[in-house]
Amino acid sequence: MNITQVSLKSDFISNPDWEKIRADFPILKLKVDGKPLVYLDNAASSQMPQFVIDRLVRYQTTQHANINRAVHYLSEIATMEFHNARCKLQQFINAREDREVIFTSGTTDSINLVMHGYGRKFIKAGDEIILTTMEHHSNIVPWQMLAEEKGAKIRVVPITDTGELEINEYEKLFNERTKFVGLIHVSNALGTINPIKKMIDFAHRHGVPVLIDGAQAAPHLAIDVQALDCDFYAFSAHKLCGPTGIGILYGKAALLESMQPFKGGGDMIASVTFEETLYNTIPHKFEAGTPPIAAAIGFGAAIDYLTAIGIENIAAYESTLLDYATESLAEIPGVRIIGTAPQKAAVISFTIDGIHPHDIGTILNQDGIAVRTGHHCAQPVMQRFNIPATSRASFAFYNKKSEIDALAAGIRTVQKVFL
Amino acid sequence: MHSNSLYQEVILDHNRKPRNYGKLNPASHHAIGHNPLCGDRLDITLQVEDERISAVAFEGESCAICKASASMMTTAIKGKTRSDAEMLIAEFRELATGKLDINQPHHLGRLTVFSGIRDLPTRVKCAILPWHTLQAALNSVSNVSTEDTSNDLQAVSSQS
Repeated sequence: MNITQVSLKSDFISNPDWEKIRADFPILKLKVDGKPLVYLDNAASSQMPQFVIDRLVRYQTTQHANINRAVHYLSEIATMEFHNARCKLQQFINAREDREVIFTSGTTDSINLVMHGYGRKFIKAGDEIILTTMEHHSNIVPWQMLAEEKGAKIRVVPITDTGELEINEYEKLFNERTKFVGLIHVSNALGTINPIKKMIDFAHRHGVPVLIDGAQAAPHLAIDVQALDCDFYAFSAHKLCGPTGIGILYGKAALLESMQPFKGGGDMIASVTFEETLYNTIPHKFEAGTPPIAAAIGFGAAIDYLTAIGIENIAAYESTLLDYATESLAEIPGVRIIGTAPQKAAVISFTIDGIHPHDIGTILNQDGIAVRTGHHCAQPVMQRFNIPATSRASFAFYNKKSEIDALAAGIRTVQKVFL
Repeated sequence: MHSNSLYQEVILDHNRKPRNYGKLNPASHHAIGHNPLCGDRLDITLQVEDERISAVAFEGESCAICKASASMMTTAIKGKTRSDAEMLIAEFRELATGKLDINQPHHLGRLTVFSGIRDLPTRVKCAILPWHTLQAALNSVSNVSTEDTSNDLQAVSSQS
C-alpha cells in the first residue's frame, strides 16, 4: 500500500495523528446548509478515505475483468487482486485459512447464507434456536423464517436495564433441543459489547454452534475468530471505511463444507450436467455468479488502511470520544442515555424528554449534525426500554471532541425550540 | 431547506396543545395508522352523520410534525362533508409531496405551514400519516396504502 496516504510514520503506531487521519476523508470537508458536516452516523455507515477511493479507481482504470475464468492478462490480475483481498480479510480476523472467508453482499447476506446453508439442512422440527433481545432484525428475521418453515422454536435471551445480556438466563435456555445460537457482538442500538467468548464456550459445551453478528464490532474491536472459537462471524465493509455491497462470512472450514449452497449459479460448481451438478469447493461453493470484484478489492484496501492505523489505537481513541460524549450528554437536563453497560463501543443512544427522535434529528440536521433516529432495526430493544425510538450518535476514529461539543449544543437548541 | 421554517410557532403550538385529542365513543368510523419506520401510531375516530363529519378525535404516539398535522387536520375537517374532507386529503398530499402550487387556489388555509416538508423527504410520511389514516377511516378499507407511501405506511380501519 501507499504508506504516505495513511500518514504512517515511525512513531505512528503508538501515537497516531488523528487530525491528519481525519484529513484522509474528503467527505468530511462538506458543508451542510453552510455548516460544517458533523457526521455522527458511523454505526449506520462509515465514510471512505481517499486511499480506498483511489484503490477503487485504480482497479477500475487498470485492473478490471471478470475473475476465475479467462486466461488473459486483466482476468489474471483481477483474480489475483480479488484473492489478495480475501487474504487480507483472513489476516484481519485471524482465520486459519483463506477459504474460510466467503464474500457476501454484507452482514445480512452472510446471516441468510448460514440460515439457508446450515439451518435448512440441519435444523429440524422441535429444535430450538437461541437469539437475544439485542439482535438486529437481520439476525432475527432469517431465523423466524427458518423456524416457521421447519417448526423450530426461537428462544430469546433477555437484557437488563443497563442494556446487558442476562447471562444466567442465556445459560438456562440450553437443553437437548438447542441446535443453534445467533449472537450480536456489539449492539448497534445500545453500544453494549457482549461477553461472546464466554457465551460461545458455554454453547460449545452443549455442542451448539454459534453465529456472531459482528457488524458493529469489527469497526471498533480487534477480531480473532480462532481465539473466540466462533463457528461463524459476519460483518460488512461499509462500516469499516469500505464500499457498500460487500461483506464477509467467516465459517469454520468443516462446517462450511458440510453445508448446502445458498445460491446456485456460475462459479459455485465443479461440473454441471442436467443429470447432476457437483459443487465447487469452499469458498466458491457459496459465491455464485460474478462477485462485486471492485468492492471486494476496496474492502481489502480499507482493511490495509485500518490496519496501518491499528484497530487497538482506534479502539483506544474512540473510547476517549465515548467517555467525553457520555459526560457531555449526561449533564444536559432531560437527556437520557439508553444503554449504560460498562463495556461499550462508541455508540450513544439517547432520548430527550418530551421530544420525538425524528424532530431531534431534523433540527440537529439544521446544524449540519448527522445522527440516526428511529428504532435502529432493533425493535425488540425499543420494546424492552418501552420507547418507540431513540436518537443515536455513533463515532468513528475521524471524529473529534469539538464535534461532540457541536452535538451537545445542538441538543440544547432542540430543547429551546420545544420549550 | 432550513428546518426552522418547518418548526414554526403554529406547528409547535399544535404539538404542545393538540386539538381534538382523545377518542370518540361512540364513533361511526375508526382507523389506526402506523408508520413502522419510526413506530408512530395514530388512532382516529370519526362521527359521520348525513355525510358530514360532526366530530373527530385523534390520539397516539408520534413526532411533533405528525401530531401537529393531525391536530390541524381535525380542526380543518370538523363540520365538513365527506367530499370536502376527501378534497383536503388530496390537496394535503400534493402539498406535502411538492406537487401543489400554493399560489393557485386551494382549500388548505393554514395547513400550508407544512409546505416546507417537501424538502425533507424522510419527514413527508410524518405529516401525511394522519391524512392517510383519516382516509382509511372514511373509506373503511381494511388495509390501505397510498401510492407514494405504499411500503411504509399502514392504516387499518373499522366501521362500527
